[in-house]
Amino acid sequence: MVEQAGVNYGGAINAALRRCLAEDERTIFFGEDVGKPGGVFGVSKGLHAEFGNRVFDTPISETAMIGAGVGAAMMGMRPVVEIMWLDFAMVAFDQIVNQAANVRYVSNGKLSAPLTIRTQQGYLPGSCAQHAQNLEAFLLHVPGIRVCMPTTPQEAYDSMMSAHYCDDPVVVIENRGLYAGPKTEINIGAEPSEIGGSVLRREGSDITIVSWGPIISEVLAAGDQMPSRGIDAEIIEAVWLNPFDWNGLIRSVKKTRRLLVVHEANVTGGFGGEILARVVEWDIQVSHMRRLGLPDVVVPASPVLMNELRPSAESIVAAAVEAIWCRS
Amino acid sequence: MGNDKRVEHLRDMIEIRLFENAVFDLRVSGEYVGSTHLYNGQEAIAVGACAALGEGDAVFSTYRGHGWAMARGVPALSLFAELLNRTGGICEGRGGSAYFTAPDHGFFGENSIVGAGAPIAVGAALAAKYDDSDRVTLTAFGDGAMNQGAVTEAMNFAATFDLPVIFVCENNSYSELTPIRDMVREQDLTRRPEALGIPAQKIDGNDVVAVEAAISGAVAEIRSKSGPVFFEMMTQRLQGHYVGDPEHYRPKGEIESYKDIEPIARLRRELNSNGITDAELEQITAEASKTIDRALSQAKMLPGLEQTAVRDVREHVYG
Repeated sequence: MVEQAGVNYGGAINAALRRCLAEDERTIFFGEDVGKPGGVFGVSKGLHAEFGNRVFDTPISETAMIGAGVGAAMMGMRPVVEIMWLDFAMVAFDQIVNQAANVRYVSNGKLSAPLTIRTQQGYLPGSCAQHAQNLEAFLLHVPGIRVCMPTTPQEAYDSMMSAHYCDDPVVVIENRGLYAGPKTEINIGAEPSEIGGSVLRREGSDITIVSWGPIISEVLAAGDQMPSRGIDAEIIEAVWLNPFDWNGLIRSVKKTRRLLVVHEANVTGGFGGEILARVVEWDIQVSHMRRLGLPDVVVPASPVLMNELRPSAESIVAAAVEAIWCRS
Repeated sequence: MGNDKRVEHLRDMIEIRLFENAVFDLRVSGEYVGSTHLYNGQEAIAVGACAALGEGDAVFSTYRGHGWAMARGVPALSLFAELLNRTGGICEGRGGSAYFTAPDHGFFGENSIVGAGAPIAVGAALAAKYDDSDRVTLTAFGDGAMNQGAVTEAMNFAATFDLPVIFVCENNSYSELTPIRDMVREQDLTRRPEALGIPAQKIDGNDVVAVEAAISGAVAEIRSKSGPVFFEMMTQRLQGHYVGDPEHYRPKGEIESYKDIEPIARLRRELNSNGITDAELEQITAEASKTIDRALSQAKMLPGLEQTAVRDVREHVYG
């Protein structure tokens, strides 16, 4: 039954987890500090008390955690494993890339690993180079893994539900800067939708801007500033990066004939390059396209230094102005 | 254990040996390509262990896994077919020698990453806590895998949550091409699981009867009250790490020194002294040989993957 709930981003994820645990007895949820402490960001508060040993704390052993998720999923469970920071998954990439991703293909479809890895990243002050990277491109390179990056409470709720009922491994990349955000009314309880899909955040005709992750707020701010420069931007938020909504992108680019991709990950090897490459390969006529991301610099700890590197509303407007007035 | 059961174990071990010998020939003659790791010398461990497991139990092995798969009942025909790029291979050519899986036989796969199967096996054991099964999971790995963090993480995870998993370390004395003794300070590998609170025991891995007894005992205990156990099964590899390994590191005469202690010779001797005649033993070998030869010739008659499975090469990346 569809109901309304006033929740913030963290609360929306909590609501989705509670629902998975309540309605699907195959669900188990584990990770570092997710049980009794309720999660380092408080996202899983109350779940251990409500669901007992189906929600539990683990040793600080990411390889064992993800491996246990893969094995339990192969046996028919629907495990949700929390990796506290995506940066920490680097110590367990074998279990994601060499193990989880391969189960279905190598077994010729006899086995699958319907595991959800919930994690978060964020280019946020007070972190350091090992706690502030945007690493989604590593995962997007791997066939067999699905990836999403929700930014609103509704997206967070919906993508967690879709991930849980997806029959393949899904990495849900949340953002710790969003957990304690404002409460909004969201729909809960609807039939989970299939994975995939993007959100049209602004309709426009002059340029398509595709973005994902919390930098979308800079993109939206830039979109609001652009009319004063004579630009009407269309803004697509790619909530799901795999599967990516290529049709939505093509439709928009064919209308605007200009494309700007904005991501918080650094540029080289980022997913923005893949999007631009496909537009070229598919021979979609555009007058200009480019990508904006962080320069290829290690993340500095000081917020003063960090601000220097991150694309801002101003730099996004400047890129759009260049695309339209200087290159057309 | 009576003679009948011993004879059955002998037959199973000989079939694995002959299968591997045939694979060696196929690989060396170039009838297929790909990295291949043979089980010769270690047969007693898979055969003894699998004899103690039930149908619903789960086995995870390593890339040296042909013997484990056969001991779980995977037909030699579907393994030959897998190697020879034939339709009807156990994974239709997607696993090859070193990374196939046969869930229908409770064999949840080889793994080509050293030590990586252990955490996954622990997950299978974790599932048993929730799915009302009394499944026991066995994960086998080599001595080299003891130096992988994944194995230590997996053992601690299993110990922490009292999971029904049997860790079997097949110590064949070589970590790939390097003696394990040169890669550890503490030579007794059972001390590591013990330090994690896991009961651990050294077993003569060349004695199929001892292996079966050890695993049977563990299975009975685990099914009733859960909690992991660890066995270090002492054995030897009768050939290189992989087919084509020149084995420059192997001291002269080492393989010959195994002649009388390797598991098949040992069991034959035992049966002999229990009254089974040489002629009867030869009969067992002849029958096993026939079984393997037949499987190989049948595999060779199957259509090649290019005629069928190639169409589906992009399938099953996602569901």
